[in-house]
Amino acid sequence: MLALVTSHLLVAFLLPPVAMRHTRAAYLVAALPPAAALCWALAHTAAVLAGDQPVERVTWSATLGLEFVFRLDALALVMTLLVSGIGVLVLLYSRWYFETPSGDAKRSAPLLLAFAGAMFGLVLADHLLTLYIFWELTTICSFLLVGQSGVSRESRRASLQALLVTTLGGLVMLLGFIVLGESSGTYRISQLAAEPPAGSAAAVATGLILVGAFTKSAQVPFHNWLPAAMVAPTPISAYLHAASMVKAGVFLVGRLTPVLSEVSYLPVVTAMFGLLTMFVGGWRALREYDLKLLLAYGTVSQLGFLMVLAGSGSYTGELALAGMLLAHGAFKATLFLVIGIVDHQTGTRDIRELSGVGRRLPWVATVAVLAAMSMAGVPPMIGFVAKEAAFEAYLGGGSVAVVEAGIVLGSVLTVAYTARLLVGGFASKRGTMPTEVHPTPAGMLLPPAVTALLCLALGVAYPLTDELAATYAERAVGGSGDYHLGLWHGFKLPLLFSLITLLGGLALAACNPELNRLRDRLPRPLQAQRGYERVMGSLERLAVGVTGRVQVGSLPTYLGIILLTVLIVPGSVLLLRVTPIEQLRWWDNVLQLPLALVILIAAAGVLRATRRITAVLLVGVIGYAIGGMFIVGGGPDLALTQFLVETLTLIAFVLVLRRLPARFTETPSSRRVRLPKVLISLAGGVFVGFAALIFSSARDTPSAVSREYLERAEEGTSATNVVNAIIIDFRAFDTVGELSVLAVAATGVASLVLSAGSARRRKHARSDRESRFTAGRLPGEGGGKGRT
Amino acid sequence: MTDPRASDGREETAVGAWFHSDAPAERWLLSGYSRDPRERTILLELVARVVFPTVIVFSVYLLFAGHYRSGGGFSGGLVAGQAFVLRYLAGGRLDDSSTVSMRPPVLIGIGLTIAVLTGLVPVLFGGVVLESASFTFAVPLLGKIKVVSSLFLDIGVYLLILGVVLDLLRTLGSGIEADIVELGGGSR
Repeated sequence: MLALVTSHLLVAFLLPPVAMRHTRAAYLVAALPPAAALCWALAHTAAVLAGDQPVERVTWSATLGLEFVFRLDALALVMTLLVSGIGVLVLLYSRWYFETPSGDAKRSAPLLLAFAGAMFGLVLADHLLTLYIFWELTTICSFLLVGQSGVSRESRRASLQALLVTTLGGLVMLLGFIVLGESSGTYRISQLAAEPPAGSAAAVATGLILVGAFTKSAQVPFHNWLPAAMVAPTPISAYLHAASMVKAGVFLVGRLTPVLSEVSYLPVVTAMFGLLTMFVGGWRALREYDLKLLLAYGTVSQLGFLMVLAGSGSYTGELALAGMLLAHGAFKATLFLVIGIVDHQTGTRDIRELSGVGRRLPWVATVAVLAAMSMAGVPPMIGFVAKEAAFEAYLGGGSVAVVEAGIVLGSVLTVAYTARLLVGGFASKRGTMPTEVHPTPAGMLLPPAVTALLCLALGVAYPLTDELAATYAERAVGGSGDYHLGLWHGFKLPLLFSLITLLGGLALAACNPELNRLRDRLPRPLQAQRGYERVMGSLERLAVGVTGRVQVGSLPTYLGIILLTVLIVPGSVLLLRVTPIEQLRWWDNVLQLPLALVILIAAAGVLRATRRITAVLLVGVIGYAIGGMFIVGGGPDLALTQFLVETLTLIAFVLVLRRLPARFTETPSSRRVRLPKVLISLAGGVFVGFAALIFSSARDTPSAVSREYLERAEEGTSATNVVNAIIIDFRAFDTVGELSVLAVAATGVASLVLSAGSARRRKHARSDRESRFTAGRLPGEGGGKGRT
Repeated sequence: MTDPRASDGREETAVGAWFHSDAPAERWLLSGYSRDPRERTILLELVARVVFPTVIVFSVYLLFAGHYRSGGGFSGGLVAGQAFVLRYLAGGRLDDSSTVSMRPPVLIGIGLTIAVLTGLVPVLFGGVVLESASFTFAVPLLGKIKVVSSLFLDIGVYLLILGVVLDLLRTLGSGIEADIVELGGGSR
């Protein structure tokens, strides 16, 4: 399993050069790893249904107890069929969709494949932290796929919103995972399921994990990132934001159902948020004119439905969940791909502009109708089978009846927006010119046709679906029930509910235009998008406020803060724990005396200097004299480094001084704070002096560590220079860490200097250009120069 | 050593004439571009050119000698960087032969990559991260040569430090100089 997951990621890593040259071939290559995963999963279906679960463990840090654990069980199998199966189809479809070798096309092939790999790892994970890693990988892939080149403001905003909302949820979820794992002593999901944790820790963890699941699966009030993410190309929306990634939250709740079976509030919370999401999504879908947005809100609504089922905790409910997961994956992917075709061949997705598309594209329309029937719950589609099971699961009195009523009402909305989608997208409308349509290539229609037929096949071959779903449901609730997925259960309440849903939905769709007129007049007190924007806005204001107060842009202030911190934290320790200064002597070596004299004179000179260059040179003198001290003290390596660094610092100073005034200037405001400055620096100097005395008298013999270093350098690292042995061998890890810090710091400083310079130049160039323009010359000659 | 030419016009033409009539025949003694004659010090330029290869060789010596004597990747990188600093101080930013064709951030990245890879390679052979090993070769004429794998970490350090110094030169050196020249040119 690990090999399959890594093969996805590896091929994705190697794909970009191929995609640059042969964009279309890249999609075919990219379809190979998911196809392999699909074949592998299908080959294991029989074993999984028989109760056998292949497990694979890879330890990646034994000391920290971190490992990748993968397990193929019934839920993982269902999700793998969705993720890999739809992945293959979407990649094949993309080959036709991205026509010109555009940047989006080149970028999407490897990213889609990487996403498929991450999602595959996510559904197989049997370890909470493994799951979390793949969870965030899918978020990152989604961010890149929605953002694409990041040229348009809309795509940047949408991708950022998706990233922020889902990562926020992901982090909260990680917290929940840690609470769960630490309180019960294991992060293995299968072990947790065997002994479900109870008590307050599990209750807290559940709440935190649900936040993650809700953000990822676009539940109210986090749902708005999903419709916004529809700026992505349609195959990406079909795959990530309909068929697979957004199901991760539902999948997580389903995955953890046996683990959290002791938490009593889980079904209540999921039912509440799920139903609310179902209504909000369905309601908004009835208002949208963009077919893709309509489908997106439909997805939100369906995700709410799935969330209700995932949290149900009853055998029939879980049965319905497995059926619905398959059903939703199949019909939503089909519909998105079909909308993609319509958009691609007509150039629009607006209901008000489309007319007569069904007549021009009969096959496309047939495929759409098949999928829509499944979405609405018309027999003999899988959607109907799953919905019947859902209605059955909530038969009963009391609070259960409320949920049942909610599901029925939500399904009425579903039927209504399905009708709106079909009529709006494909019907001929009076008063609208028939839309011009380009013929559809067969290769483009094939993937949605396959998924549409699946909608039918899974429903007709319901015993197969039932076996798969039952295997999952038994494991999830730890027992079996009498209910089976099927097309016919006799004249019972669920059938009546299905009938009500269909008729009610059609009626609602018929009077929708009037309703919309009414809705436009209703006040909208709560809007998730506005809430998100308000939160982001206040965060930005807070950041500006904090930065403005902390980063005042004054070097003396920064230095003062640093010195005061040094004085207060280690300085107070120095005062409180009075350490005797022992073995005080004037010098070790007579040569130290003249060097010390040079240092003192230079230091006094710095204080008296009025020109900056003089001060810098005198500071350099101090540095060189200290290097001399190192030589006298017997540290040639240290001295060499000191000389070299001192030289470099001096040169850097001199280079910068070209932009500064030659003399130190004193403004009236700086004169006022002169006394505090003097006091702070005096105290800092005294502290450093005393600290040096105390530290050097604290140890008169080499420490055990130093002795070990000295003894082992020769045989352990075959180095005779112990200093070097320490740097690149004994403490090599520190060196690598420091190197990365240095790289980041140097790059950061260089970027700051360069960007400041280029901003100044650009401003200058602009004024220059303007003056040239007024002089009557051609503008725009220097247009490209300022951007470098 | 740094004797800036006087700035009156007569002196300047004299310098120009000298420059053309007595230009060095050797390419390496002269770069294609030169500073404003008033800012030039031929002596420093020449010294920089002559000394430059020696300093670079010395920095490589420091890199390799670090294992046994004073030196190491850090000081080696700093010395190499300062060879470029010298070239910059003498030739200015237009001395194109003093700029390395590789951009400094790339150099920093290569250095960091080498260092990290040196740490990870032992894992492939079943060791722990950053484990070191020494290999002894017998090379004809040179005798026995011992190579310690941690030398590669030092090479990474060397390249990274060189990159940092060049980055400093690019930003604080040429960057500021370009700024001054451009702003000065605009006001004229």
